[in-house]
Parts: sequence; structure tokens; C-alpha cells
Amino acid sequence: MNLTLKVWRQVNPTVKGKMVTYHVTDVSPDMSFLEMLDVLNEQLILDNDDPIAFDHDCREGICGSCGLMINGIAHGPQQTTTCQLHMRSFSDGDVIDIEPWRSGGFPVVKDLVVDRSSFDRIIAVGGYISAPTGTAPEAHSVPVPKQDSDAAFDAATCIDCGACVAACPNGSSMLFTAAKVAHLGLMPQGQPERDTRVLKMVAQQDAENFGGCTNIGECSAVCPKGISMETISRLNHDLLGALRAGAVPAS
Amino acid sequence: MPLDLFTVGEPIADTKAPADVPLPERWNERKFRARLVNPANRRKLSVIVVGTGLAGGSAAATLGEAGYRVKSFWFQDSPRRAHSVAAQGGINAAKNYRNDGDSVHRLFYDTVKGGDFRSRESNSYRLAEVSANIIDQAVAQGVPFAREYGGLLDNRSFGGAQVSRTFYARGQTGQQLLYGAYQALERQIGLGNVETFPRTEMLDLIIVDGRARGIVARDLITGEISSHFADAVVLASGGYGNVFYLSTNAKGSNATAIWRAHKRGAYFANPCYTQIHPTCIPVAGDYQSKLTLMSESLRNDGRVWVPKERGDSRDPRQIPEDERDYFLERKYPAFGNLVPRDIASRQAKNVCDEGRGVGPNGLGVYLDFTDAMQRLGRPAIEAKYGNLFDMYAQITGEDPYETGMRIYPAVHYTMGGLWVDYDLQSNIPGMFVIGEANFSDQGANRLGASALMQGLADGYFVLPNTLANYLADGPFEKVDATHPAAVEAQQAIKDQTAKLLSINGTRTVASFHRELGKLMWDLCGMDRSEESLRKALDRIPELKQEFWTNVKVSGEQGTFNQNLEHAGRVADFIELAELMCVDALHRNESCGGHFRAESQTPEGEALRDDENYAYVAAWEYTPDGAPPVLHREALEYEYIHLAQRSYK
Repeated sequence: MNLTLKVWRQVNPTVKGKMVTYHVTDVSPDMSFLEMLDVLNEQLILDNDDPIAFDHDCREGICGSCGLMINGIAHGPQQTTTCQLHMRSFSDGDVIDIEPWRSGGFPVVKDLVVDRSSFDRIIAVGGYISAPTGTAPEAHSVPVPKQDSDAAFDAATCIDCGACVAACPNGSSMLFTAAKVAHLGLMPQGQPERDTRVLKMVAQQDAENFGGCTNIGECSAVCPKGISMETISRLNHDLLGALRAGAVPAS
Repeated sequence: MPLDLFTVGEPIADTKAPADVPLPERWNERKFRARLVNPANRRKLSVIVVGTGLAGGSAAATLGEAGYRVKSFWFQDSPRRAHSVAAQGGINAAKNYRNDGDSVHRLFYDTVKGGDFRSRESNSYRLAEVSANIIDQAVAQGVPFAREYGGLLDNRSFGGAQVSRTFYARGQTGQQLLYGAYQALERQIGLGNVETFPRTEMLDLIIVDGRARGIVARDLITGEISSHFADAVVLASGGYGNVFYLSTNAKGSNATAIWRAHKRGAYFANPCYTQIHPTCIPVAGDYQSKLTLMSESLRNDGRVWVPKERGDSRDPRQIPEDERDYFLERKYPAFGNLVPRDIASRQAKNVCDEGRGVGPNGLGVYLDFTDAMQRLGRPAIEAKYGNLFDMYAQITGEDPYETGMRIYPAVHYTMGGLWVDYDLQSNIPGMFVIGEANFSDQGANRLGASALMQGLADGYFVLPNTLANYLADGPFEKVDATHPAAVEAQQAIKDQTAKLLSINGTRTVASFHRELGKLMWDLCGMDRSEESLRKALDRIPELKQEFWTNVKVSGEQGTFNQNLEHAGRVADFIELAELMCVDALHRNESCGGHFRAESQTPEGEALRDDENYAYVAAWEYTPDGAPPVLHREALEYEYIHLAQRSYK
């Protein structure tokens, strides 16, 4: 099939970007979306044009590197990562808009590449269980009810891609933060730091230029791992619990 | 072997394992003999760690906790993207929770046997010994392993083993273990113990007075090339499977850090040992950019078969039971579908070579779940493998619950890597190599669920002890970017970068990478012969010559330039490919993942030659195109009787 692409091109963070039109021909329906961009990029290189920069790595939907706004939807028409989107989801003659994640918390680096280090900083303030190497007790010393472990796993599958932020009209990172709060808070090992964790992580996401959550739900609708809105309820529950218990907010 | 391909140097006499004490006591003895650094002095010592996968992430976190000043480098945007994240099936540990006869000794034995008797006894034993600690550590961090209804950890069995010792988190075990290490690392970053260098790629090693003292790196956003210094350097940069272009590795996975360290003097051991994984989604077209693994755990419930008749193109559901050949169950009744990866891969290739392969190009076999679906029901299969089935459906457009899967072998893991001693130190003092980047523990073939085990064993439990022994001599004399060694290394990188950008030829970097990959797959892939390897060794220098005169790299140095990154990596892959072929040609035996057509049993199994090849081949680089130098490290077996591997 033949397609028209309108792609966001921006040389660096300080130069204003714009949409540029490209035509791609003979696209196979079995190609992945990123393979279609690979083919275009090889042509651009041979034409002495600058290839389109985009983040990608594992190309099997797990590393969280890739992420494009495709026709205004984070990761495009399927609820999956961009690398797992295949061209069979499109039709001959389609015009496809391709943009980077749009959020104050994710400044553009180049073209379709954004800086998501804000997510790492949210983890660094409290998204962990303090268990220095060598201190761990025997693994079976604390049984974990299967339903709690399974629910923790569901939250822990978040791949840090940032689609939730890109999709949110408020540019909120709530689903990302909530997934980690829920994962660790559901397990017995996570209880000692449960109050301080949620306070610190919420304070950090506020400091990172992300918007507030108003429970719109666009985040969960585009999440390639299907992280549910229930995690946000859990975060709010934990936050309220921590504040009522007299914990002092971190900021 | 003609001497024009390599020369022979001094053998390696001592690997530093305390061989004077019995095997089960060696690791404790090594820790006891190792010197310590008192906590107050650790703050004066710095360590560079390159890579943030299971090995590098766990090492950086643990060293930070211990009080060293750590500098952590990674080329992705976040340390949680390292390719360990994609490991699916599980992690082995000798916990014997199933009461099925497992023990440290059995895991050790399975590892050495699975590696076709080409790994060190001392290293493999240590790996089995610390495996149980890894599970404890991960659980304490909150890694959500699969559990039973009683709240205890679940296990499953994996290829090459008859016990259930594999711990797992659905089909995303690597992801969950990596996040455990990543969170521990982020905690140390937050506490100020680890300094970070995101989107920064190591391009060279700086050696001062015979010690590894730093690296030259490129900031991938600004293009700036700079030098970084420390008292020791740890490489945890992963494997080199992307030499083959198409592999299950991430697109960014590369050999540049280890290859450039090799060019600075580090020995490269057993480069020809590559693992071809039997269960991957077959290639679909020329544009294909990577291959996707379907976890080996699927072989627990899936049955591998092809039609008995050649060219049978019926829908698999229309082929009756008595016209199917479950070739692994037929040939290996004891292990059946759970034979080790190298054997399963080669048998799949054999039936396809016979013309019985399935799918559009005949390069595929069926992995069938009909029996398991009938026995366990669809919900149970969904719970165990749901994400894998979804991934398969997404990529192929077929519903595996209905049709089963089509699978074919693909390059997955490299057992070779930089040579290290028992302390995981290379032959360059102060440079340690951990995880897939080193060669040490897996022999000629790695068993399933043992990569995660090795990465975390190295990073959490081995390196922090052995590195202290080295650092006890520090801090070393202060060096900075004005040191002649740093100036020289930095200038060489700047020159190479300028050269790549100036060629302005007619072929893209990717086209060279694809050609190299096809050449290696065809001539140095699942089976190799003197003829194929000689052909490869004729062709690779020509490809290298063409690359350096006709490649077209776009853009400039001082910018975010992904094409330039790729060009540097492909230049290194081409050189490494040549060494892989030399190693494969010199090793005139078959063992594990290295199958020489000339050396097989009457049944077509790998035939070792223990008399002549029971050694590690550690290659020394020689500049100016001179042939590499082979250093042999003899492998001695005191506790395991060398035998022809049998899984029948």
C-alpha cells in the first residue's frame, strides 16, 4: 500500500519544529510501524536528507522506549506499543500524522524523541523497597496471598513508555506513579515505606511539570499494558491514609 | 590449521579460583582470602559501571549501597530499558522447593552438562551456589513472582533439566527482575551515591600504567566526546548477537564497549559460542528489523511437530495425528520437548532442510497446544502464557489459541565474551566484566533461565566481593583528561567519527549490517564447516574494506545522530565477525551451540574432541591486521565426568 506521512520534525529543543510530509510506497501489511519508518529513513539518508529520529530498542513491546502519537492517539489505533503496531491496521491511501509525546514533563530532544527522565526521578525519590543486597530473609519466610501478588504484578507491568501522560488532557503522570505505588503497596514487603513512598512520589511528580489528575481515563485507554484506573484509586487511598496518619507531605 | 589465521601465545595458567580447597568451599574461601575495604575508605574509591541491565544495574546499586562512588553509564534514555527487560521465561535457583531432588550440586551439574563440558567447574558451581540468594533478594525488593494459592512461590521446569527450579513472573520475568535492580539503583541515585550518564555510549577504554582507569564516551544528545575516570571499570554491556543483524536482541544492543576494550588488550574468549534459540517467530520479509522470541517455557505445554510428508501444505488442523512427526519426542524420549536449546534448534533446522518445514517459506515448525488446552483448559493457558500468545497474534495476525504457533530458531544469546578470571576481572587489571558481556559460566551452550541467574549473581553477589579485593590497593594516582593516554584515546575516537562522516559513499549503514548478518547466519550460524568459514573469512575483509570506503552516514558529529551511532556499532560488528569465524574454524570439534559439520556422531549430534579442545580459547588482538594470538586456558574436570551429552 501507499501512504502519506506527516511527521513532526524538530532539529533540537531550542528550534521551532514543523510537520513535514513524506510519501511511502509498497508498504507491506506485515511490516511493523517502526519498520515502515526504517524504510523511509534509509531512503532519506540516500537522498541526503536527515533521517527521522525516534526512540526504539527491544521492538517486542517491553522496553518502553518507543512511543509516537499516531493520528492523535498515543501508540496509534491498537492498544499496544508503537513497535507492536503493524501496518495491517492501516489502508492504502491513508494519511498518517506522526508526532512526539506532547507534555511539559517530556521536553522534545529531536523530532519524535522526548526526554522522559522525569519518570526516573519519580522512582528515585521513593519508588522502591529499601532492601540492600545481602539483607534479604529466606524468600518463603513471608507468604504473599496469590490475589495480592497477581494484582501487584498487574500494576508492575508498567513499562514507563509515557503514553498515559501523552494521552492525558492535563498531561498528568498519575497512572505511572500510581502503578508503582500500587505494585509495592500491595505486597507485605512494601508496607514499612508505604506512607512515605506515596508522599514523596506525588510531590516529585508535581515538581516535574506534570498536570493534576481529574480521573478522565484516557491514560488507561491507551496504556499498552492495560494498567487500570483502580491503581489511581489505590494511590489516592494511600495518600489520604498517609496524610491522616499524620505523615508530613514531602513538599 | 594454517598459521596465517592466528598464532599461539602463552597458555593461561591460573584463573585465581582457590583450587586447593574442595569445590563447594571455593567461593567462601575466595571471599575470605579477598582483602576488604573499610567503609570509611570506600568513599574515596570510584567505579565506572557501563550498562544497567541485570548485571550492571545490580552491580551499580550494590556498590552504591556499599559506599563506593559509582558512575553509571547507559545508552538508552532510562536505565530500565536495558535488554534484560525482555527476558521472558524465568530464573533458575537451587531452592528445591518442589522436593524433586534438586540441589546446588545438581544445578551445577546441569549447567556444566548443558554447556557441553566447556565451562569452568569453579565458576559454574559458584553460580549454582548463589542462585538461592538471588530469589531471596528479589522477593525482598518486591518482585512479584508467580505464587501458589498458599502464598508460596511457584516453579516450572525448563529445557535441559528434569526438575522444576525455574521461578517466573508470567512471561515477563526479566522485566520484573530488572525493575527490582533498577529501583535499587534509582534509590542509590536519589541518595547521591551513584552519578548518572544517560544516553551516553562508551567508545574506548583508557589504560594508565597498566590499569583500566577510565572510558571515552559520547553524549548521544549533544555529540560531545569526553573522558571519565575512576579507580576501576566494570563492563556490563551485554552480548553481541546483533552481529547477525536479525536476532532477538534489542536494536541498540551492541558489542562496541567490549570490542574496543578487546582492541586495548582484553582477551576475547570463545567468540564462536552463540546460542540459537529454537522458539522464535519466523522471518516474514526483507524489511524485517528483528526477531521475536517466544519463551522456552512454552515447550512445557507445547508440542513441536512437522508433517511426516514433505511439502504438506494443509492447514495444521487438517493434518491427522498419525501424519504428524513429533520429532523431539521421537528422538529424545527422556527429555522430549524439553531438550536443551542447541539440540532443539538443530533438529528444527534438520526437518526444514528435509523439506518438511511449514509456513510461507518452509522455514518453520509447529508448536502445538491442542493437548494442553484439552488437559488444562484455555483459562489456564491464558494465565500462564497470555502475554506471549498476544504478542504472537499481534506480530503474525494469526490466533495461536486456534492455530498453534509457527516457530523457527533465531540468534538469541552469546556465551562467548571478554575473558575473565574467577574474580570476573579481565586480563587488564582494574577492568571487570559481568553478565553476558563476559564468557565465564555457561560453556558452549546456556540453559534456559540461566542468563538472569548469571547477570544477577555477578552483579549482586560476586563482583562486590572481588572488586573490593582489587580496590584495596587504591585509590590510585589521580588522572584527568590531560593525561596522554586519555588525550590519545579521545583523539582516536574523534578521528574515527570524523572519518565515518566524511566517506559519504552510496550504501547505508543498515545495508552493510544486513549483509554481514546474512553472511554470518549462512556461513557461521547453526552449523559451520571449514568450507563455509573460509568463505566467510574471504568475504568479511572485503565487506570491511567496502564499509570504510563506501558507507554513507548522515548528519554531523555534534548533534543527536542515531545513524552515526549505528555506523560505529556496525564497524565493530564486522571486525568481531571475523574473529568469530577464526575461532569457529580453529575449534575443529562440535560442542553445544558450536556445531561443526565435520564433527558429529552417527546420529547427527555434536561430537566433542576433549583430547584436543577441552580449553577456553582466549584471543588477543594484534593491531595492523596481524593475525590474533590464541591463549589457551585448559579446562579441568575434577568433580564431573566428561561424557557424551545424552538427552535420550
